[in-house]
Amino acid sequence: MNTLSRQDCALLNAVQRDFPLDSRPFATIAGRLGMTEEAVLARLQQLEAGGAISRFGAVFRNGVAGASTLAAMAVPGERLDEVAAQVNGVPGVNHNYLREHDYNLWFVVTAADPQELALRLQAIRDATGLELLDLPMEQAYHIDLGFPL
Amino acid sequence: MSGPDLTVLVQRALQEGLPLVARPYAALAHQLGSSEEQVVAAIEELQARDLVKRFGIILKHRELGYRANAMVVWDIPDQQVDAVGATLGEEPCVTLSYRRPRRPPGWNYNLFCMIHGTSRDRVLVQLAALVQRHRLSFPHQVLFSNRCYKQRGAQYV
Repeated sequence: MNTLSRQDCALLNAVQRDFPLDSRPFATIAGRLGMTEEAVLARLQQLEAGGAISRFGAVFRNGVAGASTLAAMAVPGERLDEVAAQVNGVPGVNHNYLREHDYNLWFVVTAADPQELALRLQAIRDATGLELLDLPMEQAYHIDLGFPL
Repeated sequence: MSGPDLTVLVQRALQEGLPLVARPYAALAHQLGSSEEQVVAAIEELQARDLVKRFGIILKHRELGYRANAMVVWDIPDQQVDAVGATLGEEPCVTLSYRRPRRPPGWNYNLFCMIHGTSRDRVLVQLAALVQRHRLSFPHQVLFSNRCYKQRGAQYV
């Protein structure tokens, strides 16, 4: 379990966006927080080892850097693990969640372009034998600033 | 003769994740047979082309104790959905606010927002406060997630 101190929260709030492009970015962040570069790196590596960090990288804009959609399926309870694995086996699937609803499996599918996306959705229908809701984003009302802690 | 250009390789690396080391751009450059300056220039180019929504460390909410994750779906009249979506998007507890198409007859919800909290009860309290403060008397449902089968970054290239 990753128990967060106040300093952890300050650190994680500082690293989630606008990451410095300096040669030693963790030193820059450490300077802002009154920490040392070694301490920042050590704590982040520890959180990563504890599974709290998905990755150090970028979130790309939907649609501009490719095509994506949110899909939902109503999966019979006894088939959930099987269908989730079948869905995860299709390239481009991420954020696959079980939710409490008749539509109980929700996941994002991404691809390089709309044609490839349509093929991937069809591959999911074929692999599972189930229909799906295709719910592409039409408008975003929120700027992703990360997750305030 | 040549493979994908450096910008594509850098985008791919940013999707996969950079190492948590003192000089991450130099480390990536070494891996790609490029220079630190060229890698940084490629990231700047991706940002200048407005492809990057956020660059930094991406967290797993669940592992940090934010175990309750609710997707709230709303059926908002078409002429009001933009205003309500923007209002919800400004709320600190709301991490996403998107308009999506209805799929009648089975699915009539056109606005999706995500609320993360340390517990189910806290999320429901936050939602009730939003509904009251903004007088959101629209049909809606709360879909809590109780299991994550996969969380990883999108792979576009």
